[in-house]
Amino acid sequence: MTTYQLSVNGERREVDVDSSTPLLWVLREELKITGTKYGCGISACGACTVHLDGVATRSCVVPVSLIGNRPIVTIEGIGKDPVGRAVQDAWVEKDVVQCGYCQSGQIMTAVALLKDKPRPTDANIEESMGGNLCRCGTYVRIREAIKSASAQLN
Amino acid sequence: MSANRSLVLRSFVVTLVAIACWMALSSVEMANATTAATNPKPADGLAAWDSVYSVLTYPRCINCHTATNYPQQGDDRHRHFANVIRGPEGKGVAGLNCISCHQEKNSDATGVPGARGWHLAPLSMRWQDLNDRILSSAEVCRALIDRAKNHGLDEPGILKHHQEEPLVVWAWNPGLRPDGSARSMPPLTHDQFVGATRRWVAAGTPCPRSRSSP
Repeated sequence: MTTYQLSVNGERREVDVDSSTPLLWVLREELKITGTKYGCGISACGACTVHLDGVATRSCVVPVSLIGNRPIVTIEGIGKDPVGRAVQDAWVEKDVVQCGYCQSGQIMTAVALLKDKPRPTDANIEESMGGNLCRCGTYVRIREAIKSASAQLN
Repeated sequence: MSANRSLVLRSFVVTLVAIACWMALSSVEMANATTAATNPKPADGLAAWDSVYSVLTYPRCINCHTATNYPQQGDDRHRHFANVIRGPEGKGVAGLNCISCHQEKNSDATGVPGARGWHLAPLSMRWQDLNDRILSSAEVCRALIDRAKNHGLDEPGILKHHQEEPLVVWAWNPGLRPDGSARSMPPLTHDQFVGATRRWVAAGTPCPRSRSSP
């Protein structure tokens, strides 16, 4: 076991875990920050997406030992960011969610997209969101919400 | 006594002549060897290139030197899962970057490989055609020495790339697959690969003249 100092949603947190423990387990099991979901466990579905130093990251495959000093932002913290707030508002406005399980990951990826491309095309949305799976098939509403958030921000 | 002295003297002279001949021959050989080292024959350079080519076209090298809009993975060079695409700089796209999963080191616990600056090689450095066939030795060689295609690398730059580029070096430290088994290794050791590159560069980076089957 090793002690790690992490910055999670702007707060310093300390965990004592095995160095190979993926960040997702640190968040959910150690810190009880459970908005980030376990989907596939092999970085194939995007449900576990968080931001690591601003980069949308699949937390299920990143061991805690490789995080270093990079700040972590989860779905619980993204609303403090103007782009994150706009995306969450758009998600509500468009009633995107069905079962909701994948949506925290969808939102985190959408925020990363809009920070890089404030006015994304349909192709941009397909490329960036293509790795986030939704078994309920909310893709059309996800696209509408991203465009709505973009319009609100611009 | 006199006969003995004469015999000794003759033996001494013969020995001296033999030593002189041996030294002369040795110096010629050394001179030839030095010349060969400083002016390697093109054939030696081409032989070294064959070794370099055997590594460059190893499946896990081609996986990031694709002609496609996406990376490949595995020894069978299948399409990378999770709809990962190349992106404008070969680093994926916002929200789905290479570094969304690939960190600076391998993660053996999860089977995700990692090295600093994980990205795809530019399309100009593709080692396959659009039909997923490996390019010929001549085609790869010509692309590799073309500064318009290789990001302006001169010969020492190519050697340094093979010696030090983290993603090249990673090929010999590929970590474990998600099932815990070891990833396969290129056909040469890294030292052998760098040595072959050095010999090829010393010979003036000769390329095969015609297409040859891989």
